[in-house]
Amino acid sequence: MANYLEFEKPLAEIEGKAEELRALARQNSEMDVEKEAEALDQKAADLLAELYRTLTPWRKCQVARHPDRPHCKDYIKALFQEFTPLSGDRNFADDHAVMGGLARFNDRPIVVIGHEKGHDTKSRIERNFGMARPEGYRKAIRLMDLADRFGLPIVTLVDTTGAYPGRGAEERGQSEAIARSTEKCLNVKVPLVSIIIGEGGSGGAVAFAGANRLAMLEHAVYSVISPEGCASILWKDAGKMREAAEALKLTAQDLEKLGVADQIIPEPVGGAQRDPDATIANVGAALEEMLTALDKKTPKELLQERRQKFLDIGTKGLAA
Amino acid sequence: MNWISNYVRPKINSIFSRRETPDNLWSKCDSCGTMLFHRELKDAQNVCPNCDHHMHISPRERFKHLFDGGLFTEVEVPKPIVDPLHFRDQKKYPDRVKIAQKSTGEEDAMLVATGEIQRTPFVLAGQNFKFMGGSMGMFVGNAIVAAANEAIARKCPLVIFTAAGGARMQEGILSLMQMPRTTVAVDMVKEAGLPFIVVLTHPTTGGVTASFAMLGDVHLAEPNALIGFAGARVIEQTIRESLPEGFQRAEYLLDHGMIDRVVARKDIREELVTICRMLMRQSPAIKGDLAACEDDATAETTATGTDSDKGADGDSGKDKKG
Ligand SMILES: [Zn+2]
Repeated sequence: MANYLEFEKPLAEIEGKAEELRALARQNSEMDVEKEAEALDQKAADLLAELYRTLTPWRKCQVARHPDRPHCKDYIKALFQEFTPLSGDRNFADDHAVMGGLARFNDRPIVVIGHEKGHDTKSRIERNFGMARPEGYRKAIRLMDLADRFGLPIVTLVDTTGAYPGRGAEERGQSEAIARSTEKCLNVKVPLVSIIIGEGGSGGAVAFAGANRLAMLEHAVYSVISPEGCASILWKDAGKMREAAEALKLTAQDLEKLGVADQIIPEPVGGAQRDPDATIANVGAALEEMLTALDKKTPKELLQERRQKFLDIGTKGLAA
Repeated sequence: MNWISNYVRPKINSIFSRRETPDNLWSKCDSCGTMLFHRELKDAQNVCPNCDHHMHISPRERFKHLFDGGLFTEVEVPKPIVDPLHFRDQKKYPDRVKIAQKSTGEEDAMLVATGEIQRTPFVLAGQNFKFMGGSMGMFVGNAIVAAANEAIARKCPLVIFTAAGGARMQEGILSLMQMPRTTVAVDMVKEAGLPFIVVLTHPTTGGVTASFAMLGDVHLAEPNALIGFAGARVIEQTIRESLPEGFQRAEYLLDHGMIDRVVARKDIREELVTICRMLMRQSPAIKGDLAACEDDATAETTATGTDSDKGADGDSGKDKKG
């Protein structure tokens, strides 16, 4: 593992030690270290399981942002066939922070839309770190219209720190673009399912998440504001992000309790970054299940149930 | 019809005694520094007569100026669960709410009312920036849903006066969910064939701008109102350059095509009536200051005061109700 998170430091030490032992043994055939190394492996596995079983909300934020987690592009590549990217908002530009297009999912034609953060410096810059400009939301609106016109289910993969705060973005109507994208989600007459695969950052995430079914990966987060932002406003100290993360109730587990997330998709022990393939497979299974459940609904039911779901949020199932 | 002047539920009234400002006070314009006689400022709807600076005005005060005879009926907003997340920062969230209730005399950051403007029925909803920055939480969401339902029931336009720093962080994801929730509400009004007008006032930012505030049939804005998604400081830190003069101000948004009109506070009343009556395909309104309608009697109108501004000729006729 190349990237350890700060709280994984004790784990990095144990795993490093095991690695070192084995490297020594490779150089010296007399040495038998396997037993010792295996003991370290076991210790590391136990620690990993323990760390991820008890992740605090702030640690979940760090996991959700982990650079080695599978991103939108990885899910599209692994889960869909015949992916045909479609580009542009027909107005100003093509925003590479948002990818989307036609694809087949288990033979079923769909429209997929998602935020893509990029995986190295070059692609991160090209993708603007997954922070969409108005054109990204307007491209999404176009694609949702296309899906609606041809009766194709829409799958959105949400993974963004938030919408891009830039001068041009403001001038070209960032607010309007987000509002219209949210509105479009709520008005299509086809199934719309959203999966928060990493970070669900505020309005930039909501714009894709007005869904019939919202699933979250086990360690994904979804929040009105970043813990750092919240801490600097309410605690007047950005360093209080742990407290803010705790207070905001932004984990998948909290959101399921609050009636915002409909289901949680399990991640492998140690998080999606430790086993992207297993994570992607879990997402695929959940997606199939969600789409199948919506297959039988009429366009009218899909629309009305989606709207009612949002009207009801906060009015049901909350303890006073 | 029963109009109750500046209706306040007695319970609330007794809990929070509204602080009355004596009429002989002076206050200073935040913009030009001119000393202004309190009553004069109040009559001008908190607009500086010297420099035209549009200062904060509470929804209740605004509604008094907008509705005929200052009369309106408050629409009851269903109470949300208080503090669903048990949120606590340096203060407990319920304590912050209590402080805001005490200082504003209001229940939360939005007031919804029905009444008539130039004998045209309207539902108005106004956000109160003085109540925790006008922030949108479940109460504001409930208020917008209630306002939408009221407009549909009365078959009249819905006008929302926005003023907010964004979402109510202390309600976490439930505040964020008010973005789609209020979107559903205003779309119901639009689908009922009724006008949904947004009046953007200073300041309107964040999740409020990025939801119902940008979904109006017509967008009006008060002069120099700050309107945007991200805060200027965040943008400057991100792009590492300073922003142009007037960035995110109403006039700047007008130039960039995001709003229809910049309208002085004193003219909003007439604009709303003119626009909505045309959208509703009704005859022109009678202009001038009218007393509130005392009964429901309707009659064909000959709008006598069409070239406006000449004052109160309202008693000369009644307009047709739609
Ligand atoms: Zn002044």
